[in-house]
Amino acid sequence: MLAYLARRVLQALPLLLAVVLVTFALVELAPGGPLVALAGEDGDAAYYASMRERYGLDRPVHERLAVYLGRVARGDLGYSYRLQRPALQAVLERLPATLLLIAPALVLAAVIGVGAGALAARHAYGALDTVVSGATLLGHAIPVFWLAQLLTLGFAYHLELFPVQGMRDARSDATGLAAALDVARHMVLPVTALTVQYLAPIARVARASLVDVLAADYVRTATAKGLAAPRVVYKHALRNAMLPVVTVIGAQVAFMASGAVLTETVFAWPGLGRLLMSAMLARDLAVISAMFVLITVAVVVSTLVVDLLYAALDPRIRYA
Amino acid sequence: MRSERVAERFGRARAPRAAPSLWLGVGLAALVVLAALLAPLLAPGDPFAAAGRPFLPPSAAHPFGTDDLGRDVWRAVIHGSRVSLLVGVSVAAITLVLGLAVGAIAGFVGGWLDDLLMRITEFVLVLPRFFLALVVVALFGASLGNLILVLALSGWGLTARVARAGVLAAKQREYVLAARALGAAGPRLLLRHVLPNVMAPVLAYAALQVGNAIVVEASLSFLGFGDPNAMSWGYLLNGAQAFVRRAWWLSIFPGLAIVITVLAVNLLADGVRDRRVASASNA
Repeated sequence: MLAYLARRVLQALPLLLAVVLVTFALVELAPGGPLVALAGEDGDAAYYASMRERYGLDRPVHERLAVYLGRVARGDLGYSYRLQRPALQAVLERLPATLLLIAPALVLAAVIGVGAGALAARHAYGALDTVVSGATLLGHAIPVFWLAQLLTLGFAYHLELFPVQGMRDARSDATGLAAALDVARHMVLPVTALTVQYLAPIARVARASLVDVLAADYVRTATAKGLAAPRVVYKHALRNAMLPVVTVIGAQVAFMASGAVLTETVFAWPGLGRLLMSAMLARDLAVISAMFVLITVAVVVSTLVVDLLYAALDPRIRYA
Repeated sequence: MRSERVAERFGRARAPRAAPSLWLGVGLAALVVLAALLAPLLAPGDPFAAAGRPFLPPSAAHPFGTDDLGRDVWRAVIHGSRVSLLVGVSVAAITLVLGLAVGAIAGFVGGWLDDLLMRITEFVLVLPRFFLALVVVALFGASLGNLILVLALSGWGLTARVARAGVLAAKQREYVLAARALGAAGPRLLLRHVLPNVMAPVLAYAALQVGNAIVVEASLSFLGFGDPNAMSWGYLLNGAQAFVRRAWWLSIFPGLAIVITVLAVNLLADGVRDRRVASASNA
């Protein structure tokens, strides 16, 4: 297992290097050159001089690359002049608010998705399956930001059940439990939109893999032994059908992040989405590229974690 | 076939029926393609020009109402189909060619070239396309050309993997061995004998790319970073955001247009894949 772990980690490193190289190349090729790309457009002369020094911008390209790689290796993903702080710090400051939406949505989507997938698989090609599969296809096709708009329209404007925007009620000075409840009330609609978005791929994969597993011999054996169908499905088959579900969740990091960014925009949620919007409007490339690199790293790491989980759950894989 | 055994086991002897959903996909896709082709007839006039008073609700004169600038939403939605299809089809076509070329060469030639191409494919697969597209838009400006290019260059990974797997499997089939024994070799063997048999799954992935690219384009335009000269559904939803409460029609119709289009291409992709499974199990 240890050798496998070492091998997989080593395989991930070139991917990370390639991501950094692509970012470097894009910044180099940008109109206006790397200085504007790295430092933004609204700095003064002294700031530009310091940026030129910091990134060695008056040196030849291979030396610039070396400087850039060195900085990235030390966790320096650029400096946002607009925010007056390192880009990475700006991103990490906003991350918790975004995770506050992603985490509950992911848990809900996993539970509902696996449940719906199991239901569909048990009644494969029957009416229930058609309903679940149809809903899944529809869920794939609905853009999350449009769903967010519809939820606002229905539940915030018309029924007035939930707040339209924001994370807290600006008029309330509640603390403790009341403040937490206030945040929870603001979370309902964005989390619902995200859950629907995350749900579709999970339900689809859960159904497909369970249909496969239910056709396996050991399931037939369990049935032949006289176990009731629900027990076979939920106790024996589901466990083995979970591997592809874990994979699809692990493979969706980028999709989950972009969904969160779009949802936050509709609900004016103070997370990564808001940061990204303001950075885009100000052409604050340090922040934009820092977010790109960070999310790619998250994709690589989650792929790695899924592979390791796989190997831990299924010993056959380590020797493949 | 496995799924039939399941159906039997759980009391249903019916085989999977792909046909109705496939035909639904064909019908919806035809609707969207017709809207794009006949846009000047269905909704004559410049979609950016004002056509009436602002915020008119849907009526006979303006079936989808008018927006805050008095522009006709029906005209905008119909013309928007052109932008969505242009982006979706161009991206899918480029990823199809790129993915097929990379996957086929990797699988057919093998060796170090296979290793190299698959490492590159792996890299393309980890790229978060939405965020990459934002970086490109921020650095190089928002235009449909830039968008198509970045989505295509970052979208061929799965197609390449599927093509490679198909070529590897086909290489072992008797008819390919027979063709090889008869003297076919190199590009001719690949193009005439191997490739035709890997096209079905590759086309299914290409169809998925259409929907994918349309959603990313709509997402960027919704954030306000799409091509400012293109009347797209995302752009309309961006405009709707500030007026959802006052004018629901600004949000409903462009959103429905996206859903119908993406649903159509995904149904088509599923249909192509199911047909392949069906024909494979009959063989």
